[in-house]
Amino acid sequence: MTRDPAYNFAYLDESTKRMIRRAILKAVAVPGYQVPFASREMPMPYGWGTGGVQVTAACLTPDDTLKVIDQGADDTTNAVSIRRFFQRTAGIATTTATAEATIIQTRHRIPETPLREGQILVYQVPIPEPLRFLEPRETETRTMHALEDYGLMHVKLYEDIARHGAIATAYAYPVRVEGRYVMDPSPIPRFDNPKLSMNPALQLFGAGREQRIHALPPYTGVVSLDFEDHPFEPSKAPGACALCGSGTSYLDEVVTDDDGGRMFVCSDTDFCAARVAAGAADDSGAAPPPHPSPTRGEGGALGEAGASTAGPGATAGSLASPLPRGEGMGVGGLAVEDGA
Amino acid sequence: MTAHPAPADDAPLLSVRGLTRRYGARVGCEGVAFDLWPGEVLGIVGESGSGKSTLLSCLAGHMAPDAGQVVFDGRDTVTMAEPERRRLARTDWAFVHQNPRDGLRMGVSAGGNVGERLMAIGARHYGAIRAQAVDWMGRVEIAADRVDDRPARFSGGMQQRLQIARNLVTGPRLVFMDEPTGGLDVSVQARLLDLLRGLVREMGLSAVIVTHDLAVVRLLADRLMVMKDGRVVEQGLTDQVLDDPQHAYTQLLVSSVLQA
Repeated sequence: MTRDPAYNFAYLDESTKRMIRRAILKAVAVPGYQVPFASREMPMPYGWGTGGVQVTAACLTPDDTLKVIDQGADDTTNAVSIRRFFQRTAGIATTTATAEATIIQTRHRIPETPLREGQILVYQVPIPEPLRFLEPRETETRTMHALEDYGLMHVKLYEDIARHGAIATAYAYPVRVEGRYVMDPSPIPRFDNPKLSMNPALQLFGAGREQRIHALPPYTGVVSLDFEDHPFEPSKAPGACALCGSGTSYLDEVVTDDDGGRMFVCSDTDFCAARVAAGAADDSGAAPPPHPSPTRGEGGALGEAGASTAGPGATAGSLASPLPRGEGMGVGGLAVEDGA
Repeated sequence: MTAHPAPADDAPLLSVRGLTRRYGARVGCEGVAFDLWPGEVLGIVGESGSGKSTLLSCLAGHMAPDAGQVVFDGRDTVTMAEPERRRLARTDWAFVHQNPRDGLRMGVSAGGNVGERLMAIGARHYGAIRAQAVDWMGRVEIAADRVDDRPARFSGGMQQRLQIARNLVTGPRLVFMDEPTGGLDVSVQARLLDLLRGLVREMGLSAVIVTHDLAVVRLLADRLMVMKDGRVVEQGLTDQVLDDPQHAYTQLLVSSVLQA
């Protein structure tokens, strides 16, 4: 799509983008630290990704290829409208293939396909403060961050175990960045937490309503908080994807009829479609190890799937309901908060 | 319970000199000076508005004094950096509030309340934290099966005992108490005082207790300070001050108590 000349490149004016870039630079310099920035009104409501969109706008160049996902899916309302927003205001190329994208804006997932150096992953963040529901005063939480006074964070995990027998926090699972700042990784499932650590891509987190940006530079060490006798465990629904057969990707539960029929499919539509296209129904369980080398054997297959966007991934959506994929499904504790 | 490096016998644990805090033109407390030795309990009495709570807040680092020194174990806590003061506040110090709601997290289970200080100083073993929480709840006479109940479901006396357990779990050396028995009925007060006296003796705690209840200091305190209008008007051994008050205000205070 060609760019609408009525808008400045990527919607925001240049001085705003400069202001956001300064915040991003500071965030990258102090991994996990929440940098305040003057969040702008965006032509979308808070909770739809205003923070992520501003960070993406500040990072975009005309040569970039953008991918937008919402809970792993490329074809939900939120993802589609943000993608079209940047097609119109920046005229950039878009893709659904993780490997082809240079910037990926995401709500609540990290793609299954390992990211590589040079890519930027932009998260939409509703509440950047991990201590928010433990300590309501912003002045106090800032002091706690400054003094590394993080005992309270473990009280929350203690309460989980006391009440449920295990750490029940399934999303927005708190992490410690390089042994310093405790960070809320946005409401990604804790299944994705290990991918935060030592990721070759640059990870940026934008919270529009809360006016904060935080970041994880490439190859940053990130540790999920836990107890010695209750170690952190990434979790997912048991079983394999009904479409591509992957036993290691994160699964969404899809209700298929009114009689209790349900199926589990990959939450990452691009990953699933690529596997189906490559005929990988055998499930060797060979889905991605956390973060191996940037180049992977499936690169070709992924590219192919990207070319034919409406692959079998779309079938899953139409099976579910008229609702866009990922919007109306209770996915293991997800979907409570929206990306801001 | 925990073995602290015992300071030399001739050195006070807490040494206060010229402590002054003003609220604008008004005086909160002025020129307060005293020494507190290890294992000693100091009572501070006085009527409402006499500066007792201001003094306690300044001692515990909740409020910055306008002038004066508070030296704890050889370190001046007024001039020390905030992180160091916070570390003291969750290891060597404890603060028992009058209202347990100020000192407890009401949305967190009793076990979590007791375990918070342990986790704050780096305990990361759930089983061990919980075992210690249960142990401490036993010491303050709360049944072990209440460990997962929230304090909101406890009675006032239990809440106060839970607050004490939460504060003493890290084996502090100095406890600040602000009217620990206020708002409790007399039989519950008596049990709490009994418990406190036992714990203070057993752990060799030093304590500063602010109260307006002379019976409390009679039972708990070794020494007594009487405050009026922000100044210390009389101090000495508890029995001496209560049985033979010298200052006119102390005489009034002592004679105001109803003899049962």
